[in-house]
Amino acid sequence: MDDTPYAAEMKDIVIRFPGVLANDHVNLTVKQGEIHALLGENGAGKSTLMNVLAGLYRPTEGTIKIYGDPVHFSSPKDAIAKGIGMVHQHFMLVPTLTVTENILLGLHEPRFFMNMKKLNQQIGELQDQYGLRVDPEAMIWQLSVGEQQRVEILKTLFRGAKILILDEPTAVLAPQEIDDLMGTMRALIAQGKSIIFISHKLQEVEAVADRITVLRKGKVTAEGIDITGLDRRKLAQLMVGRDVVFSIEKTAHEAGEVVLAVHDLRAENNKGVPALRGISFEVRGGEVLGMAGVSGNGQSELAECITGLRPAQGSILIHGQELINASPAKAIAANVSHIPEDRTRVGSAPNLSITDNTIMKCYTEDPIGNGLTINRTNARAYARQLKQAYDILAPSVKTLACKLSGGNLQKMILAREISANPQLIVAVQPTRGLDVGAIEAIQHLLLLQRDAGAAILLISEELEELLSLSDRIAVIYEGQIMGTVDPEIVDVYAIGQMMTGTRMEDIQESTETHHESAH
Amino acid sequence: MNLPIDIRFERRSEDNPWWLPVATALGSVVVAFVISGIILKLTGGEPLLVGKFFWQATFGSWPTFSDTIVKATPLILVGLACAVAFKMKLWNIGAEGQFYMGAFFASLVVLVPIVPMDSPKVVILGSMMLMGMIGGALWGFFPGFLKAKFNVNEIITTLMLNYVAILWNNFWIFDKWSDAGFQMTPMFDKKAWLPRLADYARQYKAFSGITLHLGVLIGFVAAIVVWWIFQRSRWGYEIKLIGDNPEAARYAGLNITRNIVLVMMFSGALAGLAGMSEVSGVVHRLQERISPGYGFTGIIVAWLAKLNPFAVIIVSILFGALIVAGREIQPSGLAQLLQGIILFMVISSDVLLRYKIRIVRVKPLTA
Repeated sequence: MDDTPYAAEMKDIVIRFPGVLANDHVNLTVKQGEIHALLGENGAGKSTLMNVLAGLYRPTEGTIKIYGDPVHFSSPKDAIAKGIGMVHQHFMLVPTLTVTENILLGLHEPRFFMNMKKLNQQIGELQDQYGLRVDPEAMIWQLSVGEQQRVEILKTLFRGAKILILDEPTAVLAPQEIDDLMGTMRALIAQGKSIIFISHKLQEVEAVADRITVLRKGKVTAEGIDITGLDRRKLAQLMVGRDVVFSIEKTAHEAGEVVLAVHDLRAENNKGVPALRGISFEVRGGEVLGMAGVSGNGQSELAECITGLRPAQGSILIHGQELINASPAKAIAANVSHIPEDRTRVGSAPNLSITDNTIMKCYTEDPIGNGLTINRTNARAYARQLKQAYDILAPSVKTLACKLSGGNLQKMILAREISANPQLIVAVQPTRGLDVGAIEAIQHLLLLQRDAGAAILLISEELEELLSLSDRIAVIYEGQIMGTVDPEIVDVYAIGQMMTGTRMEDIQESTETHHESAH
Repeated sequence: MNLPIDIRFERRSEDNPWWLPVATALGSVVVAFVISGIILKLTGGEPLLVGKFFWQATFGSWPTFSDTIVKATPLILVGLACAVAFKMKLWNIGAEGQFYMGAFFASLVVLVPIVPMDSPKVVILGSMMLMGMIGGALWGFFPGFLKAKFNVNEIITTLMLNYVAILWNNFWIFDKWSDAGFQMTPMFDKKAWLPRLADYARQYKAFSGITLHLGVLIGFVAAIVVWWIFQRSRWGYEIKLIGDNPEAARYAGLNITRNIVLVMMFSGALAGLAGMSEVSGVVHRLQERISPGYGFTGIIVAWLAKLNPFAVIIVSILFGALIVAGREIQPSGLAQLLQGIILFMVISSDVLLRYKIRIVRVKPLTA
């Protein structure tokens, strides 16, 4: 090894939270000018470790060196002064201010007079240098998510960051934007910056990283190994400690009777624009109907209509019972479970305990609800039982929902929804943002429900997930169903065409004409 | 200036132990007293002497302690009223108006009269309590309904309804039931008085001059009821869930509209009960200014008690003492000063609940 010090060197970092050892003697070394991927399942301790490097947490034990100098950060300010910049998963921008104003926010310079022209120019130069295109005078609310992320990166660069921490930067981006981001990352390291890239999407890590460090349950399982020569299966194994089955095994069995019958469903979105324009489909018991589509084509509204959260016209029959414009309570009473798209904003109450969150849909029923009262002992016992059965990692059932990691929060929601013995499960993006282990666990739980005879409507943007879980796949585009296909025999490109607005009939026609011309 | 030490704030990541909020609350009250003492000293006063006098005037003897509790009684009920609404993040700042409407409706029992005045005392007092709660609940219903149906901001409506209630009250006591032209109704029949300890002075000599009345028991019972609702009842669970995340509550099938109206009415009923307890236990007639702003102090009480019903009792007693002391100590602004400083201290002590403060030695910079 050469003598040049590492850009960042974290040694024997221990971080203890009550009941949890978040980081157990973790080592991480980042070379100057490399993209270092930090991999791990949700709750493996990646964010905790990065919060230490960014000065937000103080380690219980361990040393940090930046360019060879030992440092002790007691606030993010110290870390910034040492050239560390963190781009958080949730952006910290003021929507009503311009890009330049956001970048300057919190700085001591300029003191009083803002020479906007000069500052815009400075920021423009910075943009040129790294290819981070965004109009300095635009307001944040006018920008796309990808552009907002660029502003966050510019913010750290403007503060002189030499080591950038990107916390799951691709989770919020569209495919095209992901490519742009990777270009930016390469431009940054070409100019001598170092990047720590947190992700759990293996293909992205393969595409862009130089070396990787893998964390599992707070410990390092692979320290700074070279990316070349590693295959995906090996990476996944390091992350979860066992082989991950990429194609989930699905038992073949006959679908039962029709559970959900949707006919000519029409609804508007929150802006009053038609989001569903006459949708009809059926889901049978013991069947997974996958709903594919690019996000924003009416999927969220569809789920909300069926679960009673959104008014609509048309017909939604569940076991023959009309549920159009019914209340959520009616839908719950009809044994409809809903795994909502937004775990924190809709699926859980952040400042209530796991117990209070798990009884959310059964607090009126025996043995938890008892007339006017809630039997706290039974409620806690119920929550403990779910926590154990679904492997929800938390110190106790008194832990607040906001302290759970994404995967554990989703397991808690699934535990609650599945234990209601649903006839129909409406699952919207159930595995988004989760790590490989949690994805597998949640997909497995859904298939178990299918095998137990529940009808499942799986709305997802992950084609791979839809292909491996669904019995049939319907493709939605601008509030209409373009076609329904069998995942066993369908061509993925045909789904792609339907997702971009071609009807199934038209695709077949074109292939037919193709055949004819071949004759 | 470079100090050899540095004070650092670190976010608390773990759950706080149960005693920490209690300790910080007590600590901030103590600090508030110390700061007030320093201010007093600077203005040429004798803090220790004043402190002694403060103690004597509020807790020093049975009669003064009784005065303190009498002042604390409406604060307990109004504090609970605010705590209930705040738990669901309904910002009911109309407890003052609900208090007046409670007092007005309770007085109707005597002034109309709704029940014959020769009925047993229990019937008269019972119907006064009921009417008081109905009056308060009515004054909570309007903003609750508007909020639930049309999403009208309850802060504005409850605040405005305060003035409506006060003026409504004034109209009746000036115009209809004025006692010889004064701005008050005639004294109620003794049967409409909440029993006081002083009433039993003939049997028990020690009770003479002690004005403590049954209202304080009503306050205690109300605190227990509110505690039970929050901790044990289905309704309390719904209130907590809606308060924490209305989206999740809607998703879980709760009827948010109905709960907004119900919680506002319950909150109003508690404030109305405070009004009843005040006219029946202390003033014994309906008059102008029966409340020196209890409804607003109740907001502070509920916050300082962190919406815990039993803490509401303790905070109310402290604030009752401050009201009593304010009457006794010159200048009377001193009690208000203390009130303000306590509020500042308690609110700023929240920092201690969210951060650990560590004093660390830093190496002196070698210049």
